Amino acid sequence: MAASEQEILAGLAEIVNEETGIPTGDVQQDKSFTDDLDIDSLSMMTIVVNAEEKFGVRIPDDDVKGLSTVGDAVTYIQKASA
Amino acid sequence: MGLLEGKRILVTGVLTDSSIAFHVARVAQQEGAEVVLTSFGRTMRITQTIAKRLPTTPPVVELDAGNAEDFDALAERVRAHVDGLDGVLHSIGFAPEAALGGNFLNTAWEDVATAVQISAYSLKALAVGCRPLMTAGGSVVGLTFDATVAWPKYDWMGVAKAAFESTARYLARDLGPAGIRVNLVAAGPVKTTAAKSIPGFDEFEAVWSTRAPIGWDLSDAEPPARACVALLSDWFPRTTGEIVHVDGGVHAMGA
Repeated sequence: MAASEQEILAGLAEIVNEETGIPTGDVQQDKSFTDDLDIDSLSMMTIVVNAEEKFGVRIPDDDVKGLSTVGDAVTYIQKASA
Repeated sequence: MGLLEGKRILVTGVLTDSSIAFHVARVAQQEGAEVVLTSFGRTMRITQTIAKRLPTTPPVVELDAGNAEDFDALAERVRAHVDGLDGVLHSIGFAPEAALGGNFLNTAWEDVATAVQISAYSLKALAVGCRPLMTAGGSVVGLTFDATVAWPKYDWMGVAKAAFESTARYLARDLGPAGIRVNLVAAGPVKTTAAKSIPGFDEFEAVWSTRAPIGWDLSDAEPPARACVALLSDWFPRTTGEIVHVDGGVHAMGA
């Protein structure tokens, strides 16, 4: 069964927290990975790979560029896992 | 029986499942090999997650190609998982941004030195580091990108690859008496994470789509991976110091 938006956000926040130490509460839909959360490309790659495992989806490198905010990633994962 | 039945193979350079090294590890396992991976620093977590996507999840040992101590400790770290090695895949390369992308005439030596150390010297360091584990001979295989000509934007990475290819020949000379073969696969461009960080990579796409007589698929890492596995096997017993082109035939065409 596909995960809900809230479940994806919570799961993603956990992954971001594990990789960067950023509190899960700070990982909000409108936050930009680079500008607000200060996540570099290597951490982003780690987050993507772990999100792929957690949600059973594939996020090709070319699509990662389009995921600028946490909300973009949540929407992408929700669509991909639907 | 698989090509690598009973063989113990160390595979460096698995970053994502688009990495050529990932496909070498996968094909090697499918052909019966026991595989150990290396990774380093912050990429370790990525490699560990990606390793689970292989047919069998292999152990991952720490190896930073810029750290001499890691090479000194490599044999011991690998021995924690396998009692020896029959083959090693070198799939390591790095050049600072200033060394790539059309800045050839202005690149400082420090940046060039880093590219050569990580991309070329590391082949020697890896082979020597693994040597104590290859007591019955073995096969070292590396991945290159044809360094006999100049490419757009590839710049000092191309120079580092030329050094890499030369390093392989000298290693073939010095490790031959120990029964260790050293060969390279010159692969055509494959869209890996590393490749996408090379500025001008798209320009290669046009070359290969028009010049490869048997065609070339940039999204398919299987052809170079199979060649690496073949060279790691016992089927090239008297081949060393060689570069096998897996590029759809582009290297052999004049235009």
